Amino acid sequence: MKRFEIKGNKDTRSGFGEGLLEAGRINSEVVALCADLTGSVRMDLFKNEFPARFYQLGISEANMASVAAGMATAGKVPFIGTFANFATGRIYDQIRQSIAYSHKNVKIAGSHAGLTLGEDGATHQIMEDLGLMKMLPNMVVINPCDHNQTKLATIATAAYEGPVYLRYGRPVVPVFTEPDADFVIGKGVKMVEGSDVTIIATGHLVWEAVLATEVLEEQGYSVDLINIHTIKPLDKDIILESVKKTGCVVTAEEHFMNGGLGDSVAQLLALTLPTPLEMVAVDDRFGESGKPAELLERYGLNSESIIAKAKAVMARK
Amino acid sequence: MNGIKELEQISSQVRRDIVRMVADVSSGHPGGSLGVTDFMVALYFKILKHNPKTFTIEGAGEDVFYLSNGHISPVWYSVLARSGYFPVKELSTFRIYGTRLQGHPTVCTKLSGIRMASGSLGQGLSCGIGHAQAKKANGDTNSVYVLMGDGETQEGQVWEAAMYASAAKVDNLIAVIDWNNQQIDGSCDEVLTLGDLAGRWSAFGWDVIKMDGHNFDDIIEKMALAKSKLGNGKPVMVLMKTDMGRGVDFMCGTNEFHGKAPSLDQKAVALAQLDETLGDY
Repeated sequence: MKRFEIKGNKDTRSGFGEGLLEAGRINSEVVALCADLTGSVRMDLFKNEFPARFYQLGISEANMASVAAGMATAGKVPFIGTFANFATGRIYDQIRQSIAYSHKNVKIAGSHAGLTLGEDGATHQIMEDLGLMKMLPNMVVINPCDHNQTKLATIATAAYEGPVYLRYGRPVVPVFTEPDADFVIGKGVKMVEGSDVTIIATGHLVWEAVLATEVLEEQGYSVDLINIHTIKPLDKDIILESVKKTGCVVTAEEHFMNGGLGDSVAQLLALTLPTPLEMVAVDDRFGESGKPAELLERYGLNSESIIAKAKAVMARK
Repeated sequence: MNGIKELEQISSQVRRDIVRMVADVSSGHPGGSLGVTDFMVALYFKILKHNPKTFTIEGAGEDVFYLSNGHISPVWYSVLARSGYFPVKELSTFRIYGTRLQGHPTVCTKLSGIRMASGSLGQGLSCGIGHAQAKKANGDTNSVYVLMGDGETQEGQVWEAAMYASAAKVDNLIAVIDWNNQQIDGSCDEVLTLGDLAGRWSAFGWDVIKMDGHNFDDIIEKMALAKSKLGNGKPVMVLMKTDMGRGVDFMCGTNEFHGKAPSLDQKAVALAQLDETLGDY
């Protein structure tokens, strides 16, 4: 049975663009900094309405991160935007010292994250960014699932006081969450109630988890489906409550197994409630060129993989 | 206002503070600290418009200072304490477990006077540029000062910042390079030459001024000149010639004490060369 209606197809980056514009209208201290990818990361809406609050840094991400830290010191709420690879791995030390350790109110917007960047290939397909960012003390890490949730996440990110990494993507994907839903940083969203298996998904893989849930339900399984948009701080309560009920878990994400959502869930469960766990994630290999949907299939990041892992983990109970 | 004689007296005391701080914990970076002491004293006691007793992170309505080469924290801590940001006696806690005076500057211990962590090199100029741009956006006409090391300009980010500041016309910013031509592995000429440093900054679109970092008359005159150049569409770079380890004969002009504390015997020799003018902490 259909659990969620598709309200259209849009990219999450456009949700960021609309959210940034809204955040800029709400708070005049919000500023945007970009490193030569204004249109790609969807900062153009903000730039057009607030040209004096938009800063073009050129291709110099390290400088951009530290300039933003200085602006935050003076009371601004800077969003820095570029591809997720350049927004995290390339400038890890600037983020570590000038933003996370210095506890600056800087928002790092990483677009084109993960495999679904597609044809550009592995140099641009970062799948360790969630891990890099979640390891930093003080850093909040958010990975919304669709256009509507990305817009809400962006507005919430602007309102939050402190450093945030906000990860979103390039491809056009189904929109299935409500535009006026509650978005609370650190609070997971229970999408489906069930009792046989817990599926915890983040980002683009939430839609794949929805599709997997529908199939599993048709086959007679009862699925507890959780949409985790905040990787850190992790909503431990919603996970533990679900797992106590189902006794097994599948995590799903467009990220390396090392350092991602599954890694965080595994740590939580190993320390507090050891439970059979399977992960849908990329196991220690770089990406490559291809169409987004094709890559997700080749790397096992789709509803079929989630279904297979769910059956495998239920068998381990 | 402080005259030259008063500044000289403060410098002598700050140098004593530096030697005592690093010697007592057998760690820290005295060489660069001693080298920029005269400049830092002039900056905090003569040049900056600042409010030590009502410090805020934002620094609205006052000049703000960023130290990029955070390893010379001893001189900054001493000057901050001596100018009233926090109790002088707290200098005795430098690098000791639980201290607010961490090995490299931090904001997480809420030490008054510090707005940004530094230590990993090459970031401070960018941070200062960001603060300067925000000041402009806020309608705040005060200035931003940044101090960095000369070897530090081997970091690529410095040149990203150099390119951006001139392109974006960040003309409420005065950057100062401590030009002692020394770094850990030897002289800058030996390690990775800085070449025509003045020519490089000039080519990047900055107004460049040369200054003698051990002559208070020159420091005051050149920093006033730097300030007079602000507001003309260009950032200002002051290349400040100094001697690493200045003020203590066996530490001066060598990189030996870049990151090494004097022994307790050497401490006694050093302190004999530095008058206690304001009272030790």
